Amino acid sequence: MARTESTAEKFTGGRIDVTDEAEVERMRQQRRRRARGGRLALYSIAILAALFAAGPFIWSAITSFKVDPDLYTKANNPFIYNLPPTLEHWRFLLADTQFLTFAWNTLWVGFLVVSITLFVGLPAAYALARLDMKWSGPLGIAIFFVYLIPPTLLFIPMTRVVGNFGLLNNTWSLVLIYPTITIPVSIWLLTGFLKGIPKDVEEQALVDGYSRLSAFARVVIPLAFPGIVAVIVFAFTLTAHEFIYALAFLSSTPEKTISIGVPTELIRGDVFFWQSLQAAVVFVALPIALVFNLLLGRFIAGFTMGAVKG
Amino acid sequence: MTPAHRSNGVGTVPADTPTHERSTPQTKLPRRSVADSEGLLAKLFLLPTVAYIIGLVAFPFILAIVFSFSDVTTGNPSLDFVGLRQWQTILGSRIFWTAFRNTITFTVISMMLIVVIAHILATVLVKDFKGKWLVRFCVLLPWTTPVSLAAVSWLWLLNSIFSPIDWVLRWFGLIEANMYYLGRPVLAMGSIIAVHVWRIVPVATVIIMAGHMAIPGEINDAAEIDGAGFWRKLREITIPLTLPISAVAVLFGAILTFADMTVVFILTRGGPTQATQVLSSWAFFKGIEGGDLAQGAAVALFLFPLLLAAAIAILRAVRRSEVI
Repeated sequence: MARTESTAEKFTGGRIDVTDEAEVERMRQQRRRRARGGRLALYSIAILAALFAAGPFIWSAITSFKVDPDLYTKANNPFIYNLPPTLEHWRFLLADTQFLTFAWNTLWVGFLVVSITLFVGLPAAYALARLDMKWSGPLGIAIFFVYLIPPTLLFIPMTRVVGNFGLLNNTWSLVLIYPTITIPVSIWLLTGFLKGIPKDVEEQALVDGYSRLSAFARVVIPLAFPGIVAVIVFAFTLTAHEFIYALAFLSSTPEKTISIGVPTELIRGDVFFWQSLQAAVVFVALPIALVFNLLLGRFIAGFTMGAVKG
Repeated sequence: MTPAHRSNGVGTVPADTPTHERSTPQTKLPRRSVADSEGLLAKLFLLPTVAYIIGLVAFPFILAIVFSFSDVTTGNPSLDFVGLRQWQTILGSRIFWTAFRNTITFTVISMMLIVVIAHILATVLVKDFKGKWLVRFCVLLPWTTPVSLAAVSWLWLLNSIFSPIDWVLRWFGLIEANMYYLGRPVLAMGSIIAVHVWRIVPVATVIIMAGHMAIPGEINDAAEIDGAGFWRKLREITIPLTLPISAVAVLFGAILTFADMTVVFILTRGGPTQATQVLSSWAFFKGIEGGDLAQGAAVALFLFPLLLAAAIAILRAVRRSEVI
């Protein structure tokens, strides 16, 4: 803070005596020129960024409707349809591959993992946010550290653990293991959201004779609902993204999730089902991105609140 | 269901208790009856989390260490202690050092690019302009799409024969033949870095945007009134004030890059001739595909000290960002 005040002082230093009309007019014009230049720069950066980010997906989308002779002719302009587009590769993806099985596996695994995450994580976040215990600070930090331990570090011993549960090559192994990824990050987010709820509301509930537990269940959870929705989406996305555990645990086709099913089953040795592969990419990418965009503000709020008060 | 609706119902509040003590953050009111159970409640609430973490994070972690000192393989699952033999084998192998160097190189170069690009994007995306939602949607796509699918998209974009990038370059007459992006060591490494930058820039941008929004508007307004232009504001306000949050973004991104094997696994499988192998992919090929669990675990453990350092640095940076 002190630093910026001194900056502001520095700026005012030379300018206070500027009073004559010509000078004011000159400054006004300069301001306008800057604004116009800024606008131009703004739009060019925005468009460039959007194209760079979405580029591979646009290319995927174009590809997914191309017929083979169009796609596999080197001289053809790749960005237009030199031959009429086709839905054949989408049909192949949905009807002749196990893609819908992968999608279904991803959905139910995600649903169960998110449920476990909330069931375990919500009370923990509440305890960390509200029930001031001596050890809640260090414990919160410990949980944050767990979030930073990636699957890459643990997947080898984890196959042994999963084997001991008798779940090797079984989609249920993911239901067991994925909460280790989602619980820490969800607690981090939820703690942030819960801290954002005014304590007065809860105190009032306690005054009115609610116990801590029922104040938590009936007052705090409904108020935290927007945050909880954000956590649901975030945790679900994490499970849908996960690759290494699924790749290490699962080998038979019907057990796979989208994240490993698409790259391992639609590429057979040297045979790439390119159009169907790209159709799968588009099919998955768009809906997740849409939901994520709607909730972006809440993610930012949760992360910063969790961080600042952590 | 709000407490106000029930306020007439229950009369458990003793009349002599002071109603609200504003000076202390915790209400003194229900102390007498709930004090014990509040501690108990906290423990009960945290128990499942702690059990989960000990059982399925701490235990596997210790198991990884045990593995690395044993001769366990998928074929022979018994744990026999062999001392430092596995570590010596790893440290003596050329591929390990390539993987180690690549892990560091990929992470450092991507982070340098990411912090610059994310700052530029954050400056743009905090402003209001037409079509902003579409730009935001596009920019977030690489982050919200599962990494493996995004990598599949890139695999096709960088295809050795049908890459549209090659087509454009040929059209401009810049190249004659194909570039074989994933077939030449340097280009393959560049491609992997490009994919990491592409997929982590959105996360970093979102984090840095939060930092930009936390700068009080008056500071920028005051500077603007005083005639400060874009660059001056950037140099004297934005950069110093978003430094801690930038550190958080970079470290998060570093952990994401560092621990990722998906991009390498799908794009190059470590090739050509192991030139793009990273620690995590090498651990996978050794431990799961090769079945040498002991050496795989040891390779993966090399990630740990570096991750720990990054995590501690994040905490420091977060603490400092509170000052804003």
